[in-house]
Amino acid sequence: MIEFVDVEKRFGDNIVLKDLNFQVTRGERVTLIGPSGSGKTTILRLVMTLEELTGGYIYIDGQPLTHENRDGKRVPVSKKQQKSLRTRIGMVFQQFNLFPNMTVLENIIEAPIHVLGRPKQDAVAKAHSLLEQVGLPDKANAHPTSLSGGQQQRVAIARALAMDPQILLLDEVTSALDPEVVGDVLGILREVADTTNVTMLIVTHEMGFARDVSHKVMMFDGGRVVEEGPPDKIFSNPSHERTQKFLSAVLGH
Amino acid sequence: MITVSGTLLAETIDDPTLVDEEEVRQSPFWDWDFAFEAFPEMFMAFLQVTLLVTVLGTIIAAVLGLVIAILLRVLPRPLAWIVRWVANFIRMTPLVVQLIFVFWTFLWMDALTVGIIVFGVHYATYMSEVYRAGIDSVPKGQWEATTALSMSAVRTWRKVVIPQALRSTVPSLGNYAISMFKDTPFLLVISVAEMVTVAGEIGAPTFRYTEVFTIAGLIFLAASYPTAVLVNRLEKRLAYAH
Repeated sequence: MIEFVDVEKRFGDNIVLKDLNFQVTRGERVTLIGPSGSGKTTILRLVMTLEELTGGYIYIDGQPLTHENRDGKRVPVSKKQQKSLRTRIGMVFQQFNLFPNMTVLENIIEAPIHVLGRPKQDAVAKAHSLLEQVGLPDKANAHPTSLSGGQQQRVAIARALAMDPQILLLDEVTSALDPEVVGDVLGILREVADTTNVTMLIVTHEMGFARDVSHKVMMFDGGRVVEEGPPDKIFSNPSHERTQKFLSAVLGH
Repeated sequence: MITVSGTLLAETIDDPTLVDEEEVRQSPFWDWDFAFEAFPEMFMAFLQVTLLVTVLGTIIAAVLGLVIAILLRVLPRPLAWIVRWVANFIRMTPLVVQLIFVFWTFLWMDALTVGIIVFGVHYATYMSEVYRAGIDSVPKGQWEATTALSMSAVRTWRKVVIPQALRSTVPSLGNYAISMFKDTPFLLVISVAEMVTVAGEIGAPTFRYTEVFTIAGLIFLAASYPTAVLVNRLEKRLAYAH
């Protein structure tokens, strides 16, 4: 489903990711943990093509996302191919990034209609059912700025799901929220995880959520995978010293 | 003072049939009959030239300014550099010079058309800067959301970037429209008689300038003020709390 091969990302002279190789299979939910600056968010942004890949290859369903290896030469793929792969990927951001000049409904139906070419009626019907699902059935005509942070993030989740993504990227989706609404948002994402087969790549500081939802946890430090394994193993019995230190710091043990 | 100006008058105007100096000095400060007589002609000049140039010039400036601002963002670097250079050149040279230059270069164009185009293009370069600032003020996260939704470039500009950029630019664009309006007397240099020139012509034979220039000022105010109010309203309507 998602495959990283020798991925390298540098910003100028600063190498953020190096020789990164890993695979995420269809329907798998993987949480990336680690200290800030360890490159977790960069991984999501590379998959979403928000950052330029400076080395290596990323494959989505076996097809190269940004560059392909043609007889040992690294060649950029066509815009068309990149776009067709990208429509399979959805992302929810830390800062929601709803379009403030559109209503909630317009935010949700824009891409299904104009990118996927769905009939407006269908897109609207789906939007309403998604709003129901995220607990905001009466907010279709509201403007994002009139909503609280938690509500905005729920709309953002509905907007991402409206595209029927096969891969959902969650980038610290509760970090900008008030503590008392974090639970609601995570509850919605748990339900999405339970009821769909969407592949999830999650960056979060909510270790409880990571433990409940993910099949695999990857611990990052300095742009490398320090340790990976099932959440029970990583959280209860981490084998690497760096992971132990990190977890005791964030869990307050 | 009186003697000085009297001497000056006597020296410069030696045609006795023109104006009687004493008559000018003793005439009332404000002559209503003269004011009413002058008004229709001035108002026609206002409608036919001042307003026409401002409205059409503003439309050209608003559209072309936006086009320039977008081109600067989407064109490959060398081409964007050329657009920027041309826009800077137009913005850094005086309007009056441009009016005269275009008028005497494109002789087949009538003066009013030259005026409209030069005003429009000149102010487009100012407005492009306002749009540019507006476009820059759209948060990076908005662009990223359009990428995450695979929105096309056209859709991204039309539905996300431009509407948000316009929100912060409307007040400045309105101010430029008013400023353009006040620059219309420059049309004199290509012999287009707009309102202020007409006022001067009406006042000249009798040296009665008080009425005509007061009327000109009031007409400007009467047009500028509602424009300012309109811009203000529009600004409020486009506003949403962030």
